Amino acid sequence: MNKQTSPRATPGLPKAPTGITGLDEITGGGLPAGRPTLVCGSAGCGKTMLAMEFLVRGAAEFGEPGVFMMFEENAAELTANVRSLGFDLDRLVKEKKIALDHVHIERSEIEETGEYDLEGLFIRLGHAIDSIGAKRVVLDTVEALFAGLPNHAILRAELRRLFRWLKNRGMTAIITGEKGEGNAITRYGLEEYVADCVITLDHRVTEQISTRRLRVLKYRGSVHGTNEYPFLIGERGFSVLPITSLRLDHAAPAGRLATGIARLDEMLGGQGVFRGSSVLVSGAPGTGKSSIGAKFAEAACRRGERALLFAYEESSAQILRNMRSIGMDLAPWVKKGLLQIYASRPTLSGLEQHLLAMHDMVKAFRPAVVVVDPISNLTIERSDAEVMPTLMRLIDFLKQQQITSLFTSLTTGGSGTNAAEDSQVGVSSLMDTWLLLRNVEFNGERNRLIYVLKSRGMANSNQVREFVLSDAGIDLVDVYLGADRVLTGTARVAQAAHERSAAKLRREDHERKLRQLAARRKAIEAQIAALNAQGEAEAAEVKFAIAQESLQETTTQQNSAAMAQLRGGSKGGNAPKRGSR
Amino acid sequence: MNKTRTRTTTKTYELRLYVAGHTAKSLAALANLKRICETHLAGQYRIEVIDLTKTPELAVGDQILALPTLVRRLPEPIKKIIGDLSNEERVLVGLDVQPV
Repeated sequence: MNKQTSPRATPGLPKAPTGITGLDEITGGGLPAGRPTLVCGSAGCGKTMLAMEFLVRGAAEFGEPGVFMMFEENAAELTANVRSLGFDLDRLVKEKKIALDHVHIERSEIEETGEYDLEGLFIRLGHAIDSIGAKRVVLDTVEALFAGLPNHAILRAELRRLFRWLKNRGMTAIITGEKGEGNAITRYGLEEYVADCVITLDHRVTEQISTRRLRVLKYRGSVHGTNEYPFLIGERGFSVLPITSLRLDHAAPAGRLATGIARLDEMLGGQGVFRGSSVLVSGAPGTGKSSIGAKFAEAACRRGERALLFAYEESSAQILRNMRSIGMDLAPWVKKGLLQIYASRPTLSGLEQHLLAMHDMVKAFRPAVVVVDPISNLTIERSDAEVMPTLMRLIDFLKQQQITSLFTSLTTGGSGTNAAEDSQVGVSSLMDTWLLLRNVEFNGERNRLIYVLKSRGMANSNQVREFVLSDAGIDLVDVYLGADRVLTGTARVAQAAHERSAAKLRREDHERKLRQLAARRKAIEAQIAALNAQGEAEAAEVKFAIAQESLQETTTQQNSAAMAQLRGGSKGGNAPKRGSR
Repeated sequence: MNKTRTRTTTKTYELRLYVAGHTAKSLAALANLKRICETHLAGQYRIEVIDLTKTPELAVGDQILALPTLVRRLPEPIKKIIGDLSNEERVLVGLDVQPV
């Protein structure tokens, strides 16, 4: 791959860009300018299409008019055939940008006698080139001459002369050739004469699904990608899907995007996924992948952004109905033109064809969010090695457009803990965020669990949450952690109820204790009051006794004084003293 | 463009010889053709020689690739003989002419 990253590093060899998506990347800038290139492959593999697009793009985009010399189809047929790919040959011919020449040779009409050469072909080609000032030439398929002319020795000599002549005139040429038997590159060995660049095309059918492949077999004087690359003939013509776009140079925006499920955002560092990142939601059947996907799209619509949903399992009407059952009405968004649902059968065409359709739709609709539900249907019956590059290409394409993508994936793994992860290894490395949904069967019921397996570049929760789908929508609920397992569903509800009642009991107990305490305090206060009262009573009694005593004393003194007065005489001096006290 | 015209009779052979300049092959072909026609088709043929180096646009009409090419335009169907016409027998077969 590193060869292609520095295509222009090879000095000297000038190249003629083909304008064909991907091919210029593989060849490092195009076909060898001023030299012939051999394009070969079996019938129906797209040789004529490649040659035609090379010519049309050369004429329309690079200012290099071209001559198309055809030996099989006639001009009207060719014009009709390429019109389906959006090329208007009639206009280009009128504008003198392209010249068409149909060379027809009928063996039965021809008798051969004596010496001859193919100067007539040279003159015709030369005339066509001169009439429009052509820089490019296509000979499609020159091998037809072998069937028309009996003397192959002359023909071979003349073809050799023809290719040299094209080179001398500085024509960038494509010569197409039929694939030969066995290992032969072409049926008549044209590769002997065209030695500068050889491209082979291949059309194979695996598991009833056809794939086209392109390979640059040889490119003299230039580095080139040597792999087999899938290519497509789509509405916009030929496109090769090289893996070269894996330069990993896309920008990484720091903005975040809510997933539409608040609790899920919370698990993803509280803000959801990065804008322009890719999210994989994988899980067993019935774990709610599609719902997450739809919610993701809906959330984008709510923000006023466009969302594109590729459905490979359900029709769009079915999706609308099913999502309504969890309280999500997508129909208004479709009507508003914010949501586009594209439903198709995955088996309709090969993976590459689907990718091309996706490319076209994404380019046309310019969504902020793309949901593919599910990606596993596209990869059906295909080995990871095949799927990876194409998915990479898609993800890369979306990232470069800064489109946030969500892919759901059906895991075929059983109940084993690691089965789900194992089956996803192929694509998971391409994903930035990976949510795993899992069914847990316990206590006579099946419940859904969700957790974040990875999420690049952000804090993410390590907690397992229960994933609940209801009329009210999607929600994530904390699970209860029991002795050795998480509790979900009714077990969780029961546990919650149990805890609630326990809490209530505790609360009541507290209140009772408080009441008791209050009562006791009251009792103590009462006792204190009683004791106080008793104290006061005793104190009063003591005072009374003292008072009584002192009264008695006074009385006694008075009595004694009185008695002394009454007795009079000697003890009279004492009396006033006592009285003064 | 050369034109060699002779008397026309009931069955006319309208022949056109395509050549590229005055090469050895061109000259040989023209000489051979004239000789054969005079021998076997005296008075019932017409030969038109087209030099494609001067009028290349004419090559397309008769689907000319090889040079020299002799085209029998009439009587129908169109027949083509490529080469310098050195083999008289094959030229006669090609033109569908009974040898005299």
